[in-house]
Amino acid sequence: MTEGLIHPGLVLILGALLLPFLRGALRSAAIVALPLLVLALVWQVPDGPAWQLRFLDYTLAPLQGDKLSRLFATIFSLMAAGGGLFAMTQKSRVEVPAAFVYAGSAIGVALAGDLVTVFVFWELMAVGSTLVLWSQGTDASYRAAKRYLMIHLMGGVVLFAGVTGHIVATGDVSFGRMVLDSPANWLILIGFLVNAGAPPLSAWLADAYPEASWSGTVFLSAFTTKTAVYVLIRGFPGTEFLIWVGLFMVFYGIIYALLENDLRRILAYSIINQVGFMIAGIGIGTEMALNGAAAHAFAHIIYKALLLMSAGSVVLMTGKRKCSELGGLFHTMPLTAACGTIGALAISAFPLTSGFISKSMVSQAALDGHFLWVWLLLTAASAGVFLHAGIKFPWFVFFQKDSGLRPAEPPASMQWAMVAFSFLCIALGIWPEPLYALLPYTVNFVPYTGAHVVSQLQLLLFSGLAFFVLLPYLKRTLTITLDTDWIWRTLLPALLRNVGMPLAKAWNMLLHAAYVLIMESMSLVLYQHRQDGRFARTWSTRSMALWVLVLLLGFLVLYYL
Amino acid sequence: MDEKPHWLDHPSNVKLLWRGFLVVLLLTVLAGLFVPMHPHFAIEAIFGFNAWYGFLVCALMIVVAKGLALLLKRPDTYYDKDHD
Repeated sequence: MTEGLIHPGLVLILGALLLPFLRGALRSAAIVALPLLVLALVWQVPDGPAWQLRFLDYTLAPLQGDKLSRLFATIFSLMAAGGGLFAMTQKSRVEVPAAFVYAGSAIGVALAGDLVTVFVFWELMAVGSTLVLWSQGTDASYRAAKRYLMIHLMGGVVLFAGVTGHIVATGDVSFGRMVLDSPANWLILIGFLVNAGAPPLSAWLADAYPEASWSGTVFLSAFTTKTAVYVLIRGFPGTEFLIWVGLFMVFYGIIYALLENDLRRILAYSIINQVGFMIAGIGIGTEMALNGAAAHAFAHIIYKALLLMSAGSVVLMTGKRKCSELGGLFHTMPLTAACGTIGALAISAFPLTSGFISKSMVSQAALDGHFLWVWLLLTAASAGVFLHAGIKFPWFVFFQKDSGLRPAEPPASMQWAMVAFSFLCIALGIWPEPLYALLPYTVNFVPYTGAHVVSQLQLLLFSGLAFFVLLPYLKRTLTITLDTDWIWRTLLPALLRNVGMPLAKAWNMLLHAAYVLIMESMSLVLYQHRQDGRFARTWSTRSMALWVLVLLLGFLVLYYL
Repeated sequence: MDEKPHWLDHPSNVKLLWRGFLVVLLLTVLAGLFVPMHPHFAIEAIFGFNAWYGFLVCALMIVVAKGLALLLKRPDTYYDKDHD
């Protein structure tokens, strides 16, 4: 146990609670300085348990480090700083503090050495993220936050049941590799997968995130799903079932994003698509694959935040969010358009961007393991990413037909945040060694080989050709595509109204009838036991003798029958 | 509007960009002849694999998406009616 070490996640959470009392320049400085201080603290966390705590009969390790933990805690702190800078001019006084509680809890999960601590921070993340959604203050965001919270609390209950079962069965609270040999461990896996945006509940993500404010979605995109990726890397590496979950998510994200008209819902579906790559990597489970999943999570947080920053700038400056109403914004928002395009190239894994040096490790792992079908599907999905996010997003928002909108660039703090994250996307693409050095295993991978660059360029540019050739089929319409949230937004309420309510009514009538029956018979009994009642009054000896005679005769007759 | 048209607004420039794009496409396929590609699977060894595979799967994904849309597409006011 290391004495005097401060928990970086708690610093961010407590700091967030002080933020509402700051004003002006002090607040602006704190919003960026606090996460950077936290980043410095993350790097003080040594390998092994740094804090130990007795709880019931167990020894908890609420603060524990290794390379994987520090990698995720690092990117979460960086994200909080970048998101804070972007949200500097946000009017809501709740959003940034809530986002910092959310980020601090994500760091708490990344640095947790035991399952109890994981669970506590896991739930705190749900609270922080719900507040971020809520702080937008519209009716739609309020309702979306309610649905979001419902799903996450349910996921939390499943996780809690799993954690409890695991601890009771094994007597071990530590958070390490688990095997799917008990119902408890399955419940833990399901709890993790709910937050990862895995089927069948995946719709919570695209339902909730786009309802947050222009800056809120940037925060939301980073923490929940990537914390889930982190716990899956630590808890369930090499679980083959995850390969197929990941591949499903990859294509689900592409197909739904292709049909989507809301610019931030396109990006929300593409989060699920990207997390699918990571989960497939975790399922493959080799060192190369896990490195790839971790590196991809790191790179993804940056470029997805960048994409949502450019989308948020458009939403803030135009007040519009549908692709069918946008277009031609490069005229007056050249910087936003350029940064959005850099993010789009990075998510597509274009050479010289961060996506290229991270995603290719997952594909390489599939290649090394001779998983032909997995590799073919991952390659198809890479092409699909360029289709649905790489071109579709910048094309429909910043280019295509001219919508006539001439919005100005967003405020300087937002521009700086976008420039900083664009810089990171390209810097990691050109100079991946610092990121490779942070990965959990030694990296034996050279991204820039002639074959790799040529094949990736062929794949992406011909996907681009497909996009423009088939553009008439991709025309935006004022539609949504039903997703699984239909079940809890339409089907279940309708069932409740049309089946549940009548059933409840019938049940109530039955209860009432039984109640009346019991009360009536009770009062009849009471009535007959009153002073002059049939059972309570004094009877004459004559009639008594008569009735005894009748009874005895009756007995005699029955006896001979 | 008295703003100066952007160079991208000229159809001739867009045409030029298209031609440039097609030349780049051709170059990436030809580059496959000169760069050692180290195919791992047999299918990768087919000439220009990534080019035609990328194009075909993208077309396929668009077809699948359109097919799914036939079943699941709704007006974007679909959920609003629950709250009026």
